[in-house]
Amino acid sequence: MTPPKTPCAANAKAPLLAAEAGLAGGPALTVRQIFWRRFFGHRLAVVSLAFLLLLSLLTAVAPVIEFLLGVDGNLVDLFNAKQPPSAQHPLGTDELGRDTLVRLLYGGQVSLIVGLAAALGSAVIGTLLGITAGYYGGRLDSLLMRFTDGVIALPILPLLIILAAVDLTKLGLSSDLASSESISIYRIVCLIALVGWTTVARLVRGATLSMKAREFVRAAEAMGASAPRIMLVHILPNVVSPIIVATTLSIGGIILLESVLSFLGLGIQPPLPSWGNMLTNAQELIWDAPVLAVYPGLLIFLTVIAFNFLGDGLQDALDPRAIEGRD
Amino acid sequence: MLAYLARRLTESFFVLAVMSAVIFALIGLMPGDPIDVMIFSDPEMTPADAARLRALYGLDRPITDRYFTWLGSALQGDFGYSRLYNQPTLDILLPRLGNTIVLMGLSFFFALVIALPAGIYAATRPQSLSDHGINLLAFAGISIPPFWLAILLIMLFSVTLGWLPAGGMGEGHSFWSDLRFLVLPVIALTIATVGGVIRFMRAAALETLRQDYVRTARAKGLSGQQIVVGHVLRNAMIPVATILALQMGNLFSGALITETIFAYLGMGKTIYDSIIGNDYNVALVGLLLATVTTLLANLVADLAYTWLDPRISYQ
Repeated sequence: MTPPKTPCAANAKAPLLAAEAGLAGGPALTVRQIFWRRFFGHRLAVVSLAFLLLLSLLTAVAPVIEFLLGVDGNLVDLFNAKQPPSAQHPLGTDELGRDTLVRLLYGGQVSLIVGLAAALGSAVIGTLLGITAGYYGGRLDSLLMRFTDGVIALPILPLLIILAAVDLTKLGLSSDLASSESISIYRIVCLIALVGWTTVARLVRGATLSMKAREFVRAAEAMGASAPRIMLVHILPNVVSPIIVATTLSIGGIILLESVLSFLGLGIQPPLPSWGNMLTNAQELIWDAPVLAVYPGLLIFLTVIAFNFLGDGLQDALDPRAIEGRD
Repeated sequence: MLAYLARRLTESFFVLAVMSAVIFALIGLMPGDPIDVMIFSDPEMTPADAARLRALYGLDRPITDRYFTWLGSALQGDFGYSRLYNQPTLDILLPRLGNTIVLMGLSFFFALVIALPAGIYAATRPQSLSDHGINLLAFAGISIPPFWLAILLIMLFSVTLGWLPAGGMGEGHSFWSDLRFLVLPVIALTIATVGGVIRFMRAAALETLRQDYVRTARAKGLSGQQIVVGHVLRNAMIPVATILALQMGNLFSGALITETIFAYLGMGKTIYDSIIGNDYNVALVGLLLATVTTLLANLVADLAYTWLDPRISYQ
């Protein structure tokens, strides 16, 4: 999304620009124009982006929809449990008589916020480790990369289950804080960020290795720039593309992980809804209210696949080598 | 080769030791200890009794002491008793490890059988309709929540059609009736695995098809099929083998979800149940066994390299 800032990196892309402009037969295009042209060429990514924007909008205005329908998403009403769709409840009610549509929208808020926040956290950790490993190289590099490989190979889900079961008061948190309603959101974001950084770290390391050898980095070194300055000012802006792609691609997996943990009762804690914990009772519901087991899962599926298509589209648009078989 | 193997095994033991310490510390941070559980089931117990029991079990000692005590007896083959089942930990875990290996092995096998041809087929026809179709299916497989897929399978095959059991294990009456219990879990885990493998395979095959030796093969007049079988398949498998080994941890996570939903008595479900039921010995050893499995799979994949790619040799 961000065009290369240093003149050297722009020069490196120059032959590509010429080739693309030549193909199009028109005037030379800017990097940004090429990005949008490529991105819009990936139809699924465009549709996905539209879907995700619409979904974010709908979940953001959930309180308004709740008000317009005249329902309360948290109100338990056992006399009206498992109602079919009606004017007041467009998607019916759940096993406790709460409005399904409103709960799906609030659950979407939680799932999207957790997905984005944990992906951002993973990206920060992964970028720091990746740039450090790639720039310093040598023993530090091999140590960090062995560590990364080790984390990738671990059976993540059982570990996360143990981490999610840890008693926060034993870690020194006050019991008020540990039992507050929103703690489960912070907790799951931290847990997922703790294990989700590996892809970003590997990609950033690879990109840093190739940047390190470039003239502008060596020039900066010769002028006496400090290592942190070179990493932040000269390398980071040039490895933004892989970071954006890997982060977008990781959001889908993170939303899946959140939904699995919440489904197992270890993620987002009810009454706070998330798409995962709305399915916790789904196995009993498939006999008498199967639609309640379908909606949340369908939304997880569509959201995750949309993020994956979006990431795929960004990859095509940002990394010219990624367009396989189109040469 | 032997020196390489020895080095890798030493590394694996090191990883295992670190893991055991980390998991031991985490379990110490979980709510409640074995004595809390006893207090819960025996309302007559006084705080003084509880303190005496804690001292008896050594729970009043610092966690590092307790870890080394545990490590000492573990190295002698004593992994403690399960609180939930009142049996030695290994007596519970080993048969279930076998069940999980059956589930994971079958799913992995079917995933490969589907994904390798599909990935190569797509790679030989880039940007064609079938390539896009396979890509779409692969993305769907990666993106579907595994527990929801399992619920949908139960809805279709058990509730609506009534063909297959919704969960549980066979009673051991006959091989074929037991096999029916495996069908849905294997389908669920295969679908959860296959999407990623298709995408890796397609990418690796595309890369291989660009190589000079493929162009040479084409120039000397080999048919597309001969090129794929003789030149592309094995070379494309090299990068795929690494990624597949790294997928073992993922596969185990998928098995945990699948086993929990289908009430399949495997390692994943046992680990989950033991964490939920404060059965610390089982949780700890179960997680270590899962780690050993993934480490071994990694090692096997690395050794498979030398067979796939004779240019690599571990000296």
